[in-house]
This record gives sequence, structure tokens and C-alpha cells, in this order.
Amino acid sequence: MIGLQHYLILSALLFAIGLFGVLTRRNAVAVLMGVELMLNAAAINFVAFTHFVSPGLVRGHVAALVIITLAACEAVVGLALVINAYRHLDTIQVDEMNLMKG
Amino acid sequence: MAGEAIAFYILTGMIVTAAAIVVGSKNIVHAGVSLVPVLLGVAGLYVLLRAEFLTVVQILIYVGAITVLLLFVILLTEGATGLRTRQRNEQVPLAAAVAALFLVTLLVALTRTPWALTNQPSAAYNIGAVGTSLFTTYVLVFEVAGLLILASLVGAIVIARKES
Amino acid sequence: MVSSAWLIPVFPLLSYIVLIFTGRRLGDRAPLVAIGAMGLSALIAILIFAAKAGGAPDVYWSTAWAVGGGRELTVGYMVDNLAASMLAMITFVGTLIFIYAAGYMKGDPYYSRFFAFLSLFCFGMLTMVLANSFLLMLIGWEIIGLCSYLLIGFYFRRKSANLAQMKAFMTTRVGDLFMLIGIMMIFAQFGTVDYRKVFEAAGHALAPTATYMASAAPGGGAAPAAPAGPMVGFLGLQIPLITLTALMIFGGPIGKSGQFPLHVWLPDAMEGPTPVSALIHAATMVAAGVYLVGRSYPLFFATPDHGALTFVAWTGTITALMAAFIAVSQDDIKRILAYSTISQLGFMMAGLGVLGYTAGLFHLLTHAFFKALLFLGAGSVIHAVHSNSIKDMGGLRKYMPVTYWTFMAGYLALAGIFPFAGFWSKDEILLEASHHNPAIYGLLTLGAFLTAMYMTRLMAYTFFGSFRGATTTEPDPWLPEDHAMARGSSPAARSGKGGKGAAKKAKGNDHGHGHGNDHGHGHGHAAPHESPAAMTVPLIILAICALLVGLVGVPGTGKDGGSWFHAFVHFEGFEAAGIHAPPFSWPKAIQSLIVALAGIFTAYAIYGLRIVRSETLRENFAPIHAFLANRMYLDRLYVYVFIRGGLGLAALLRIFDQRVVDGTVNLVGGITLLLSRIYRFLDTWVVDGTVNLVGLVTRWISQLLRPVQTGRAYNYLLLAAFGLFLIVVIGLWRL
Repeated sequence: MIGLQHYLILSALLFAIGLFGVLTRRNAVAVLMGVELMLNAAAINFVAFTHFVSPGLVRGHVAALVIITLAACEAVVGLALVINAYRHLDTIQVDEMNLMKG
Repeated sequence: MAGEAIAFYILTGMIVTAAAIVVGSKNIVHAGVSLVPVLLGVAGLYVLLRAEFLTVVQILIYVGAITVLLLFVILLTEGATGLRTRQRNEQVPLAAAVAALFLVTLLVALTRTPWALTNQPSAAYNIGAVGTSLFTTYVLVFEVAGLLILASLVGAIVIARKES
Repeated sequence: MVSSAWLIPVFPLLSYIVLIFTGRRLGDRAPLVAIGAMGLSALIAILIFAAKAGGAPDVYWSTAWAVGGGRELTVGYMVDNLAASMLAMITFVGTLIFIYAAGYMKGDPYYSRFFAFLSLFCFGMLTMVLANSFLLMLIGWEIIGLCSYLLIGFYFRRKSANLAQMKAFMTTRVGDLFMLIGIMMIFAQFGTVDYRKVFEAAGHALAPTATYMASAAPGGGAAPAAPAGPMVGFLGLQIPLITLTALMIFGGPIGKSGQFPLHVWLPDAMEGPTPVSALIHAATMVAAGVYLVGRSYPLFFATPDHGALTFVAWTGTITALMAAFIAVSQDDIKRILAYSTISQLGFMMAGLGVLGYTAGLFHLLTHAFFKALLFLGAGSVIHAVHSNSIKDMGGLRKYMPVTYWTFMAGYLALAGIFPFAGFWSKDEILLEASHHNPAIYGLLTLGAFLTAMYMTRLMAYTFFGSFRGATTTEPDPWLPEDHAMARGSSPAARSGKGGKGAAKKAKGNDHGHGHGNDHGHGHGHAAPHESPAAMTVPLIILAICALLVGLVGVPGTGKDGGSWFHAFVHFEGFEAAGIHAPPFSWPKAIQSLIVALAGIFTAYAIYGLRIVRSETLRENFAPIHAFLANRMYLDRLYVYVFIRGGLGLAALLRIFDQRVVDGTVNLVGGITLLLSRIYRFLDTWVVDGTVNLVGLVTRWISQLLRPVQTGRAYNYLLLAAFGLFLIVVIGLWRL
């Protein structure tokens, strides 16, 4: 019997993996992939809660849809930034982008 | 019930394995491609969770659009030339520690919280309910999301445009 | 045929559009466009009139314009016998006046603009006549008001014309405001402004009133007007709501039709070119008010005791008499005719008011013909003599035979001499008045006497005796100075100097030729001569009309011994209320004829035979003469009360503004200044001190933390994740 806990644990796992990717990757596109994993983990949580806690209401589904929308926006803008950075700095390795260093 | 459990575990295995490849692969193209099984697995979870509409959206947008976009940008920038570059930075041990700590904390929090569970089954085919609440209760959310898409569309064009 | 009535206003509108955009290029051909358009309209209108006379049914077309909350505003057109008569009259007279104007205004630098305005005016007037609702009527009404304003001030370089146009616009606006309120009251009461629906609703109100009238008729207004619908308090009086509504509507006609006390603008409106005076300020626009009262007759009739109609009757009577008195004392030929117009409009109103529906409207139609004729004749005279003052004329019978004979026709018609048009219509009004209201009958008879008298005086001064003028050159109406042509008899008006200056000035204009150039300066000292054919032909046609139009009102030509026109334009409400038109009576007709002849002979005795010299009369009755010559001081009264009063009020308010309002503002400002000084002190020492301290502390701490800032995003992110982890742990700890 698969319960809410199973889904929550899976999403926590996915979230941790995504976090690790975000923290360790040098390539900006790979960082974005990690972010996508984290977002998916969150979306799973929403849908799982809807299924197990309030099946009549579809609030979680709406939230998941918004997350997917956000993910799409984030990917579009993020990738535009990556292209722009590549054009100006000739790299997409995040550790080489250190213009913030004061 | 047993079928559901089997499906769940297969999907979980698929998701975790593919996710590990995504964050761990030395080949950035492999990482991008293995994002696809992760997202498909999540779509499968949505099926188990009776969210058919989300399944379709997940496949259409994530697998169909975002992944392709990511791969496209990889090819546009480093592409195959970046294969031999170092893919990880110097804070891997620290990051692993933080991620592990985070995982443990989350597991503790999630398992210890008493959830207000219900045995009521989810209604099958709730696309109508999703649509109704999207256009009534959550219409503001919907509009804001639309505005966000517009803004990011404009922003992406402005940012990525070649300056003449 | 009748359903194509909507075409009638369209042609003048097209003409206006063409002229206003391409008028400059058309130049001297501009009148052809206007005359052609007007001629087409006249053709259709006359065909419609013929069809209606042949018994064609009424046409009513309406469409929703704006719908709001179950109530809707409609627009559309309505052609009944009254509208058909008006349309035919307006377009026919309009066409003749256009032709006349083509000759009269020739050489004017703004030739095409003049015809554009005239066309627009006709569009507005015809729209107003065709309208099927108060709303559309109001639109047409305001368009003609605007055109009147534009055309009075056509010679816009002249100060007097500017003043006159402003006066006309402001004065009529007073009336229009009341009318607007009236229309709103109608909309509030009946939920519609459509004529038919409003009158139908008013007719329901009429039904109990009619029975009440029948039962209490001998007692007059003695019985309480209980079934008369809701009452409202107004100026301390209890007035039935519907009466107040009708009176508010009547405000518009008071302004537009020059009824007392808002008549003051009409004499000044003679600053406009003469064809304008003929078309707008004699034949059509000023008749719009009368037409409106006729159109809204069911509403006026439905008022308890015919209260609104009684008001109309007395307003008309006072106006008729007052204007006739003033007309006797004036010297400016156009002003005499203007006061005559006011007086005749009063007659029409009085006729409508004393339940003489047909009589009033019949007089409206006949008056349009002969008053247009008189104005055009006056224009012809002014054209020849170059002066407005009848004192400068005389003996023109010999020099201008066509003008003389046509003017004579108009004169006889206005004086009410058998068998001219004015006789039949005026007689009918007097007959109705004698039947329904003897007091008004007496006053109107006096008015008719005066009418014959002042017109005879005008004739005697203008066409008989010997020529007293000293014509040199034509004064240019475009001359900005007041003395150019205004106010008639000032000597400067006829000085050659003024004329030459004018010609020079006109040369500077776009068309390169001014009014003064047409006849050349060789005109000086020559005897006045007849006007060109473009001006005389319309005069002749109108003279024939002045003679013949009255024939449709000859008793016995219609059914039941009444006239044909009586059967044609008829108010059905009379039968329902048991009111019958008085039968034609020869004694009354002969009586009115005798009154007219008496007026003529009185004037002839003074101005023709000089049995009593007018100078002697003037000296002996100096106060009365001064009173009349100064137009009963009404204009001055308005200047003192309203204009000076308004300015005084403004000055008072200005003082209030400067002392009280500005004082308060300054006080507030002073207090603010004081407070801000205190704040400044606090700000410098306390607030800034704190801020600087915070900044200093931050700087010390950041010096300590500086090495942590690597500038690499993922380092920060790691720390952020760790921080989040700590927060979650603390949160779990406390859980």
C-alpha cells in the first residue's frame, strides 16, 4: 500500500539530489537542470497532498500547474541569460562569472 | 493495490537513478538527456495520483519543451567541445553534506508530522474540476501566471537579442 | 415618397461638407453647390407635401440609439402634415434666399463659408423638424443655435457683430437650459423622449383632466386640480408636474423664438448679413420655437386647465404688444423688421395658447414667406442706399420699382390686408382669441393696429417722399470699427474714407476683392438703383407667395366650412375635449381689416400727409418715445442686472478668494514652514545621527565579513541552503 509518506520521501530525495546538483555544477545549464529537479519535487508534494488529504479539491493541481509555468519561465529567462553571458564572457561556467567579487 | 506499489517503485527507481545521472554525469549532454526519464517518471507518478491533466502538461511542457530547450542551449554554447571540461566545482564535499543534512531534516519533518489523511478516493478524470477552479477561485493566480509568461517572454527576447 | 423624407436634410449636410472642405477652390461657384442641394431638398419636400395633401399616411420611423436599464433613447423621423408643411416652407424659402444671397454676398471674401454655414443651418433646421423625439429635436435645435451664432457674427472683425453673436447665444442658452431640464423631466416621467410615446402617456393624463374640465368648465380654475397628477412646489407655487414640464419645454421657444423676456437678442442679431436675417431670424429658426410648441401641443394641452397654454398665450400677447410698440419708434430698417418678427412670433404663440392650434401654425407659415420677402426687400434697399436708417432713404419707389412692388406685397401681407396671406392667418388668430380669451383678443387687436402703423411708417420713410440719402461708397461690413456700417445713421458710416479703407483692407484678403470693389467707387453721388436679378427674382417669387399662400387658409375651401389648411394641420385632442374651432365670421374679419386700415391711416396721417408732424409728437411724448426708442430699457436692465451683477459677484468672490481663501492658504503655509524648521533641527541631529551611527556600525561589521564574499554564486547558495537547513532544524526543535 503506497501512502503519502512514500511520495513525500521520494520528493525529498529528488529535492536533495537537485540541491546537490545546483550547488556543485559548474555549467550554468546544468545548474538549471538541478533547479528543474527541485521544482518537480515540490510539484510531486502538491499533487500527493491533494490526492491523500483533500481529493475533492484540486488546489494542488493548480499549484503544480503554476509550478510548471514558473519552470517554463525560469528556463526561458535563465537560458536567455546563459546565451547572453556566453556572448559577453565567452563562458557558461558559473565559477568563472565572478564580476560580483568586490 | 499491488500493481500500484510495483508501479510506484519502478518509477521511483527510474527517477532517482536518472536524477543521479543528471547531477553527476561528466557529460553535460548525457545529463540533459537523462532529465527526460526523471520528468517522465514524475509524469507517471501523476498518473498514480489521479492527475491526468498534469500528466499531459508535464510531458508536453517539461519533456517536450523545456528539455529540448536545455539541450539546444547546451549545443549552442559549449556543445560537444565542453566534454572534457571539469563539471564540478570545489565545494562538492560541503554541498553533499548540506544536501544530506537537508534530506535527513526533511525526512524527519515529513515522517513526524501527523497529516490529516482521508480515505476518500480521488475522482477520476478531474480535468473539469481543475479548469473550473483555475477560472473561478484561482483566476487571479491564472492571470498572474499569464502576466509572468508575457514578462519572461519579453525579457528573454530582450536579453538574448544580439545587440546590433 | 413620404418615407424618403430623411433625404431632405441629407443634401444640405452634403453641401456643408463639400463647401467647408473645398469651398476655397470653388470660389464663386460655391453658391451653386448650396443652391443645388437646397433645390433638391425643396423638390423632395414639395413632392412630399403634395403627397400628404393627397392623403398619404403619416410616416414614422424609429430605431434604438442607446439602451440603458430598460429605458431606451430612440432616433428617427416622423412626417405628418405639420412636418410636411414646415419642410416644404423651409426648403422653398431657403432655396430662394440662397439664390438671393448668391447675389447679395457676391465678392465677399468668405463667400463659400457663408454658404457652408447656411447649408449647415438648413440641415439642423430640417433635422429638428423631422425629428421624432425630443432628443433628436434638441440636436437639431442646438445646431441651428450654433449656426445662428456663427452667422450673426459672420462679419467677425466687427466688435458689434461679436457682441451680438455672444448676446444671441447666451440669451437663447438661458431658454435652452430650461428646455433641457424639461426634456429630462419628460424622460424621468415617461421613460422615453419619443414624441409619440410621450404624447400617448400625456394623453392618459389628459383623459381624467378632460372629464374634469367638462364638469367644472364654467368654474374655471376654482375647483382643486386633484386629478391632475402629482404636484410639485416651484418658486413657492404648487404646480402640477406636467404643467411644470411643459413650461420648462416652453423655455426653449421663449429663447429661440424671441419671446418676452428673452427677446433682446433678436434685434441685435441683425448684425448678420441680410439673407441670414431673412432665413434664420425671420422665416425659419425663430419659428422653430413655435413649431416646437405646435409639435408638443398634446403635452401642453394635457396640462390641467390648459395652464401651460394659458402661459404661452400671455407670453405671446405681451411679446406681440411690446415689440409692436418698440417697432414704432425704431429708425433702423432691419431693427423695425426684427421687432416686427418678435411681435408676429408673439402672435403665433398667442394663437397657439388660445387653443388656436391651426391658426398659430398657419401664421407661422404665411409669416415665413412675407417676412422673408420683407427682409430680402430691406436687403435690396440697403444694398442700394448703403445705410440701414430709414431716415436716409425716401422716394425709392422711383429708383427701385421691383423692390418697391414686392415690398409692397410683403407690407400688405404683414399689415393684414385682404386678400394677402397675413390677413387670413392673423384674422384666424384674432378669431380664436375672441372665442377663447377676450382680454387677449383686445390686446392682440391693438397689436394688429400697431403692426399696420409701424409698417406704414416704414413704407412712408423708405419709398415715398424724396431721397434723403447721400450715397457715396458702400461701407464694407468687414471693417472692424464699429462705425463702419453698424447702427445706421452715423455720418461716418457713409464717408468715402471709410469705404476706401475698407476696399484696401478687403484687397488684402484671400480673394483679392472686397465688397466695396463690386460697384466701383464711381458709385458715389449717383442715385440708388435696382438690385441685380439674382436678388429681384426671389423677391418676385416670394411676393407671389405672399399673395397666394394665404389661399389655403380661406374659409370654405375645406370641410365643414373651415379652411383647407385647418383640416390639413389639425389637433385631434380638441374633439376629445369637446373644443370646437369657432366658425369663420365676416364681422370679425371686417373688424380686423378695419383695425389694420386704421393703423395704416394713422401712420399715413403722420408720416404721409403730415397732419400731425412726427417731430411734434416726439417732443410732446418725449418720455414715452425715449422709453420705446431705448427698447423699454430691457437691454440695459439685463446689462445692469445680469452682466454687471455677474461681474460684481465675480469681483466679490475675487475679494473673498484673496482675503479668506488665500489667507487661509498662507496661514497653513506659515504653520507648515514653522513645523518644518523644527523638523529640520530634529532631522539633522537625531535622525541623521542615528543613520550615520548605523552606517558606521555596518561598515565595521562588513570589514570583518569581507573575506566571506567570494563573488561566486554557488558559494552563496551553499550558505543559503545551510541557513535554510538551520532554520528548519530550529523549527523542528520547537515543534
